[in-house]
Amino acid sequence: MDARTLLDQLFPAGHDVVFDGPYFAGSGRCGAGSVAVIGSVDAAPIGIELAHRMAGAVLDVVREHPGRPILLAVDTSGQRLSHRDELLGINGYMAHLAKCIALARNRGHRVLGLVYSKAVSGGFLASSLLADVCYALPDAEVMVMNLPAMSRVTKIALERLQALSQTSPVFAPGVANYLAMGAVEALWDGDLAQRLDAALAAPVDGDRRRAVGEARGGRLLARRVAERVRTDAVG
Amino acid sequence: MSHSYFEANARERLAQLLDAGSFRELLPPGARMTSPHLPPLDAPVAFDDGVVVGAGTLDGRPVLVGAQEGGFNGGAVGEVHGAKLTGLLERALDERPAAVLLLVESGGVRLHEANAGLIGVSEVMRAVLAARSAGIPVLVLIGGQYGCFGGMGIVSRCCDAIVISEEGRLGLSGPEVIETTCGVEEFDSRDRALVWRTVGGKHRYLLGEADRLVPDDIAAFRAAARELLDTRPDLSLAALEAEHARLGRRIDRFGDCRDARDIWTRLGIAAPERLPLLDTAEFLAATADRRA
Repeated sequence: MDARTLLDQLFPAGHDVVFDGPYFAGSGRCGAGSVAVIGSVDAAPIGIELAHRMAGAVLDVVREHPGRPILLAVDTSGQRLSHRDELLGINGYMAHLAKCIALARNRGHRVLGLVYSKAVSGGFLASSLLADVCYALPDAEVMVMNLPAMSRVTKIALERLQALSQTSPVFAPGVANYLAMGAVEALWDGDLAQRLDAALAAPVDGDRRRAVGEARGGRLLARRVAERVRTDAVG
Repeated sequence: MSHSYFEANARERLAQLLDAGSFRELLPPGARMTSPHLPPLDAPVAFDDGVVVGAGTLDGRPVLVGAQEGGFNGGAVGEVHGAKLTGLLERALDERPAAVLLLVESGGVRLHEANAGLIGVSEVMRAVLAARSAGIPVLVLIGGQYGCFGGMGIVSRCCDAIVISEEGRLGLSGPEVIETTCGVEEFDSRDRALVWRTVGGKHRYLLGEADRLVPDDIAAFRAAARELLDTRPDLSLAALEAEHARLGRRIDRFGDCRDARDIWTRLGIAAPERLPLLDTAEFLAATADRRA
């Protein structure tokens, strides 16, 4: 789904989102009031400028609209791969965006992620994966790397990766895998405005993704391991 | 006698970084907590899944520590590995140590379990930010052979401070990844001088991406970490607005630079081409008050 159609469906009562190149921001009206929306289009690679701009938009909301929920709708093919972005410290810009999201959370803003088209690797990591809860549309693409590239890097035969991906959610692309592992809370179909209202009304209690992944059978060890490290007596 | 941080493994680093004999490991190798995702791909497992976590003291003060082992899959993060770091950071909420020290050495997400690794890194990021929000400083040390890349490069910059050696490298996409994807003309990963001056410790320090530059000596890392124990985490709106302005100025000031030497020249450093040749003390003297 393209971003304009998405926004019309999320906010039938209207929105004032402004698009500028790969970036957009603004607010929409929903049942509970105004929701800030920050995102990107066209599978934008996230480089230092875009990460900085999205971080600035989060800070604007925190400063000017205390408590307003924030919806991150980031369409990205991943972090921008370039010598120049590395030279200027792109990981610092990505981390800055993550810190701004944490600031919003700490100050009582509900932060939701919605993968409406594509979410890949570092671009996903610094945005929607840092939300309180992340949702996705059923036809969204979510991945770290496609299987042919993964085969080249790991030197594992493509056929083997393809075969194993039928039964294991842990490495292959696919929104269903992220759903099973707890990173995507639910897939949104039908009335998106209603889905958004329900998500804004749902209680949030820390990072529950490990427990969700365990309950869904997609990630069986993360919760247990973290719990043991947190609570085991030291030797 | 100096002990190279670069040459040491994760356990050796911890043993010398912390007060002698103080380290106690959590979920040690004897617990056999290995990755279930590697055997189906015939990849070897490690009994600690490539990360050592536990508690110890530094200068008599309690700290929690996590050290990634570059010797196992380049320190890459999988489900168990990531969950150990997350659990460690959450333990800090209960124990309230003086700090959490992360000895990062990682190429990023482990591709054999890429989805679990990516989600795991996001959980580590949230746990870092939660620990800092609770007032517990999280300090990062970088100086191993595999550097600090991928998701761990983002994790590191979510922390309070980074101590790096000249040999340390810090970035997001490694030079090999960029070369493979975009071509050798974009980033020649075999040009060692180019790699070091782009992602190496000296440039990271000058840019303001790392807070301390130390010689490749575990004792020097220890001294820097000790000094940073009293860092007060600040994730306030004012602090993030200041960071925002700083990062914006960096784009304005250096956005058109195509090589680290252009940036060093613009910083007003005399004879920037000689910087890679200087030892740490000479380098710090030559660049004093010239950092971005």
